[in-house]
Amino acid sequence: MNHWIKITPLADIPRLGSRVINSAKGEIAVFRTEDDQVFALHNKCPHKGGPLSQGIVYGDKVACPLHNWKISLVSGDAEEPDEGHTACFAVKVEDDMVYLEL
Amino acid sequence: MQKMKLVVIGNGMAGMRTVEELLKIAPDLYDITVFGDEPHPNYNRIMLSPVLAGEQTISDIILNSREWYAENNITLHVGKRINKIDRMRRIAYAEDGSEAEYDRLLLATGSKPFMLPIPGGDLQGVIGFRDIKDVDTMIDTAKQFKHAVVIGGGLLGLEAANGLKIQGMDVTVVHRNEWLLERQLDRTAGKMLQKSLEAKGLTFLLQKDTEQLIGKDGRVAAVRFKDGQQIQADLVVMAVGIRPNYALAESAGIYCNRGIVVNDTMQTYDPRVYAVGECVAHRGISYGLVAPLFEMAKVCATHLANFGIGRYVGSVTSTKLKVTGIDLFSAGDFSGGEDTEEIVLHDAVGGVYKKLIIKDDKIIGSVLYGDTTDGSWYFQLLRDKKPIHEIRDHLMFGQDSLGNTGHQGQDKASAMTDEMEVCGCNGVCKGTIVKAVKEKGLFTIDDVKKQTKAGSSCGSCVGLVEQILASTLGGGYAPPSTSKAVCGCTDMSHETVRQEIRTHKYLNIPDAMRGMGWRTPNGCATCRPALNYYLISTWPHEAVDDPQSRFINERVHANIQKDGTYSVIPRMYGGVTSPDQLRKIADVADKYAVPMVKVTGGQRIDLLGISRENLPKVWADLDMPSGYAYGKSIRTVKTCVGSEFCRFGTQNSTQLGIDIEKAFDHMWAPHKVKFAVSGCPRNCAESGIKDVGIIGVDSGWEIYVGGNGGIKTEVAQFLCKVKTAEEVIEYSGAFIQIYREEARYLDRTVHWIERVGLDSVKQRILEDAEGRKAAFERLLYALQGAVDPWAERAQKRDTHKEFDTITV
Repeated sequence: MNHWIKITPLADIPRLGSRVINSAKGEIAVFRTEDDQVFALHNKCPHKGGPLSQGIVYGDKVACPLHNWKISLVSGDAEEPDEGHTACFAVKVEDDMVYLEL
Repeated sequence: MQKMKLVVIGNGMAGMRTVEELLKIAPDLYDITVFGDEPHPNYNRIMLSPVLAGEQTISDIILNSREWYAENNITLHVGKRINKIDRMRRIAYAEDGSEAEYDRLLLATGSKPFMLPIPGGDLQGVIGFRDIKDVDTMIDTAKQFKHAVVIGGGLLGLEAANGLKIQGMDVTVVHRNEWLLERQLDRTAGKMLQKSLEAKGLTFLLQKDTEQLIGKDGRVAAVRFKDGQQIQADLVVMAVGIRPNYALAESAGIYCNRGIVVNDTMQTYDPRVYAVGECVAHRGISYGLVAPLFEMAKVCATHLANFGIGRYVGSVTSTKLKVTGIDLFSAGDFSGGEDTEEIVLHDAVGGVYKKLIIKDDKIIGSVLYGDTTDGSWYFQLLRDKKPIHEIRDHLMFGQDSLGNTGHQGQDKASAMTDEMEVCGCNGVCKGTIVKAVKEKGLFTIDDVKKQTKAGSSCGSCVGLVEQILASTLGGGYAPPSTSKAVCGCTDMSHETVRQEIRTHKYLNIPDAMRGMGWRTPNGCATCRPALNYYLISTWPHEAVDDPQSRFINERVHANIQKDGTYSVIPRMYGGVTSPDQLRKIADVADKYAVPMVKVTGGQRIDLLGISRENLPKVWADLDMPSGYAYGKSIRTVKTCVGSEFCRFGTQNSTQLGIDIEKAFDHMWAPHKVKFAVSGCPRNCAESGIKDVGIIGVDSGWEIYVGGNGGIKTEVAQFLCKVKTAEEVIEYSGAFIQIYREEARYLDRTVHWIERVGLDSVKQRILEDAEGRKAAFERLLYALQGAVDPWAERAQKRDTHKEFDTITV
């Protein structure tokens, strides 16, 4: 059964930035957009496994730091013409605290 | 809100490109209806020649599939010709009785082949070369008949002739002029071309006027010339020119003058009606090539989208002939006149002919035959009106007389086979690029980079990719302008952005984006790092340095590796170290079980394979300053032993290297900056391939600038000679500061100098002493109070959460 796990105060994730979570399901990157939405992706680019958490975040996308693939934070899909998918996780903010569903 | 109605008449490349551009910027503004009189969706007309030559099929050259129209909610009417426009009621009527109301109308009716008004012109077997129907007719005819005559020795005529020959016909090309392609080639090149085409089996009849076509049973049988000669013909292709197709517009009362007259926003005399493509007359000129159409489409789309920005101001065009195995390029005014100069290289046996026409120190035209490698480079110099005196002596030998690395020294696209690797970084071969260009309908170098990845990593093969693109597209190719937009988030060039930041004193990225009308809420991974650099270099100590807009390496002050670990390279000023430093490095390597310790090319020591979490601890244990080996910043000052030890040394190069590295420490720049100081002309520190290379001689120091040892080896150019070490620091500092303030982000010094010219750099450093001193002062001011980023992070661990991982 999945359940919500308390991660970190929202303030500890920089806007247009991310934090890395070490979990039983591997490394998960939690991103925060400019308008304070949060998204969580497996911290692995579908291309060559680059740590997406370290990429530049813009709009609702992140550019992988290794070869600049653009991955949608919403769907985990690579932007065309690249093809690939990174697993997404449910994440929410309540009372300025970030929760991840695992 | 009710959507406006846009009706597009003409389902060809210009019309659909405009619709594509419009959908990109205003996807929900219009209900779009498209009428085309051909039974096909939009296809790549410039690829008809390869289809005729059997190198492509129709389905390969479709640009927009029927699904594309459906996905974008576009109502498509194929095989329907609009024959009436009622501008009062704003309705377009088709021949079959269907009609469409419009709020805005876009005319993209293209052009039609000019058919000679001679007796017999209406016989069966007499056609133009314009659309899929013509190609089908030619292919069918070739199956039943033998003799083809092509009237017109221009680009289209020759491509038709080549294709018909491949289809198995005996082809004679009839031309009025003394040589072929007289609008593209001079006599010499024209004759060379004729020879190679004759070798392919084509026959030419030059300086011939066609008098009439003679028929038999309703079908053409022969062509007769004014001099009485007559030749057999089962098929006659007229390729003597095209005429803008503006009859519909004219019948609707829209002002036409040998084309639909439009202003710089592509608007006709009826403000609701726009026109693009071959049907228009813009400033009195009609264009028959693809590149200008695309420029028009872009401008037109912004006005249809009600943005009211962008003007089309005309195009300079260039030409390539798409006949496999023949390399030919021409651009601009190639015939010259009294006030022009020519540079000519002619190797008749080798089959190479190059001519550049120069006027007032600028290239105004070029003809290349046999070796078109540098066509796009010359074309760029021509379009940018760049002064050439600095490069005149090696202009003829091309841009790449020094080899690029990564593709076996190949610099001629035509000489490569399909299997040969073009992009050594991403493993892309020539055939893959050609296939992508043809099948996916790519027109720009950016498209090719995106689709194939060729040229998208180190960039060394971009010139080669560009050639392949240009020779595949022929006249459809337009090289990118040198003042291109920063990225898709804006239309502004790097120079404009820098100017705006200075003028409006933007101090942070959100203000800058708002003020400059960025299209995206927070930019992209291309523009944000550039903007961040422009802000902090223009307004040091005032602008906000945004870590989230820096690439990861500059955010964590270490260089990311393929497995997500980092490399740590401490500063060793001038490449000089000590037993104490080495011991500390060895201890750290042991303590963190560093997988590899390596000496770098810049005379430093690299600890590879450090995890992100360990970085601050490693820095604390090392207690050495950051070597900035990860940044767009001052990297290293490489030195030789110099006069302290070396028996040849004339100057203390080691000490000067240390002094320079300390003086410019912590300096961010548009790209990495490397220095070297050698103590004598033997140049053991390799000063000749550094951004700033200094060579000690007995009487002082020589300063060289703009060298580069990377992707493309560039030899540094002599800037000046000075007497003292202090002068070296001032002169080189001023040089670097002007580069920091004026170059585009990701320009190395060589690229910047290439654009502004070494003369202007010399003028500002050598002749303008006050300007030099002021620039040097500005650099010192910018560097004032800089702190070592490693020490800062090691000490204030709590404020740098980016290194921590949360465990659940």
